[in-house]
Amino acid sequence: MPTKTVAGTTVEVNDEGFFTDPSQWTEEMAPELAEAEGIDTLTDPHWTVIRFMRQEFEEKGTGPTVRALGKTSGVTVKELYQLFPKGPAKIAARVAGIPKPRGCI
Amino acid sequence: MNTEQPAQPDPIEKVSVIISRGSLDEVYPGLIMANGARAEGIEANLFFTFFGLDAIHAKRHEHIKVATVGNPGMHVATWLGGLPGMSSVMTHVMEKQIAELDIPSIPEFVEMISDTGAGLYACKASVDLFKMEKSDFIEQVDDIITVGEFYEIAAGGQIIFT
Repeated sequence: MPTKTVAGTTVEVNDEGFFTDPSQWTEEMAPELAEAEGIDTLTDPHWTVIRFMRQEFEEKGTGPTVRALGKTSGVTVKELYQLFPKGPAKIAARVAGIPKPRGCI
Repeated sequence: MNTEQPAQPDPIEKVSVIISRGSLDEVYPGLIMANGARAEGIEANLFFTFFGLDAIHAKRHEHIKVATVGNPGMHVATWLGGLPGMSSVMTHVMEKQIAELDIPSIPEFVEMISDTGAGLYACKASVDLFKMEKSDFIEQVDDIITVGEFYEIAAGGQIIFT
């Protein structure tokens, strides 16, 4: 299992860079994880999405798709792609330290 | 010891999806491919041609139906599928199943795909053939373009024909 060091802590990730143990994630790690995805500054809407990803994962065991994010996070699909241009659900999951959401829509 | 790593194929960075048919089961796959590409951070453009234009036609995109005749995948006998109202009934059944899976309706899906930043284009030859105009389409349509312009837009990416 590959590992990487984030905010001074060693965490387990899979080949695609997603946390395999979301309990290892802390909010202090988010800025560094975001930077690796090309996001220099985490704004309030970024945090809304990141916390929503965490909450959904804790409740359902899986992260939301873009469609679900757009419907329920309070951030529109258009804004989601402005915040996370390289794929909102996928990138936000990496920054939020949860596995990649699976879903076709 | 052989330390060489197997070469990773290059990731797909751009796709152009062509939707050429106008029935429910022929429109959804292209929309799903385009939306899924954007979700992966892949640049995507949608090109609607021939009966696929109905998916972006303001008055028609809410009324796209499943073909119950000449569609063996439906497992409905041709004589039965041809009965009046059969296509509407089967469309209604399928729309219900689609909604249960939380898959958006076609109008909502097209709007969402536009919101993801994908380009939506109508084929000029088909628009001329059906005597349509830009005003016949939903506002999300970026442009009516020729096949040559399509290839310019599609340059450097993969083309998916549905």
